[in-house]
Amino acid sequence: MGFFNYFRATYPPKTATVAKERLQIIVAHERKQRSGQNSTLDYLPLLQKELLEVVRKYVAIADEHIKVNLEKEGDYEILELNITLPDPDNRST
Amino acid sequence: MAKIIVVTSGKGGVGKTTTSAAFATGLALRGHQTVVIDFDVGLRNLDLVMGCERRVVYDFVNVINGEGNLNQALIKDKRVESLFILPASQTRDKEALTMKGVAKVMEVLKKRFEYIICDSPAGIEHGAIMAMYFADEALIVTNPEVSSVRDSDRIIGMLSSKTRRAVQNLPPVKEHLLLTRYSSKRVNTGDMLSAQDVQEILAIPLLGVIPESKSVLQASNAGIPVTLDKNSNAGQAYLDVVARFLGEECPQRFIEDKKGFFSRLFGS
Repeated sequence: MGFFNYFRATYPPKTATVAKERLQIIVAHERKQRSGQNSTLDYLPLLQKELLEVVRKYVAIADEHIKVNLEKEGDYEILELNITLPDPDNRST
Repeated sequence: MAKIIVVTSGKGGVGKTTTSAAFATGLALRGHQTVVIDFDVGLRNLDLVMGCERRVVYDFVNVINGEGNLNQALIKDKRVESLFILPASQTRDKEALTMKGVAKVMEVLKKRFEYIICDSPAGIEHGAIMAMYFADEALIVTNPEVSSVRDSDRIIGMLSSKTRRAVQNLPPVKEHLLLTRYSSKRVNTGDMLSAQDVQEILAIPLLGVIPESKSVLQASNAGIPVTLDKNSNAGQAYLDVVARFLGEECPQRFIEDKKGFFSRLFGS
């Protein structure tokens, strides 16, 4: 970055940045598909459904408020569970 | 112990054959007994790039079928001591490379050579799988361009599932990223993926960067591996790659653009 770049107007993102983002998404997706062929990912939808039922016993949440995600990083597998709780006012107790 | 190295990419036209020729020549220049094998049956081109197309009598498939012996098929390079070429067949189809046949040839080559370089055909079919099957290490040749990077990722997946090392649960094939046709100028202007970008996406160690260079076409025009052209920056980059491959410390010289003081000050 040259000195005068600081005075330039902001431009739309460079094409290389766009390329990197697109590649990161598609490569991650295709890796997931490949590993899915011979792994245990099948149980994920069922796990999601049952977790949802458990949480619903206590809090009213919609289907889209729970996300289950399995990621692979090197030798580790990370199971990520994300539940968005509604505003306190709407909570059924 | 002989090492088998596959030069692969998935995508065609990224520089596999150029790399195979340059890398094998570089290893031989260091005094290592080296053979480079063309696995592109039906579309052989390594002989042209190496400049020995008129000396081909017997080929890889002839040896597998017992129609000629290995010594008849191996072409000794006239410029570099300890460098040999095993050409592919131009007339057969890729299925002519049987697993058993390739295994037998590899066993014999392993006794005689230190490095066996396998120049893979493009694609993910039989020929490409045969080229990678026996590999201990892999050079993944990639252009800083979306389709090449995606195909390289696919090939990396195959290296960890379709090779002998994967099938027999041995330590995995050691992977090296080699970026070719790199333009640091275009990286600086934001028009090209940087070495770091590609490395982040593919998540394998970077062995080297080969700059886009006129000398690559000039070298293949003349049938001279680019590593023999002392004035070529691409040739120098390949020699650096060989040095790093052999475990030597060798800083990356071709990733950064050599900018003058004023262009640094005023931006590109």
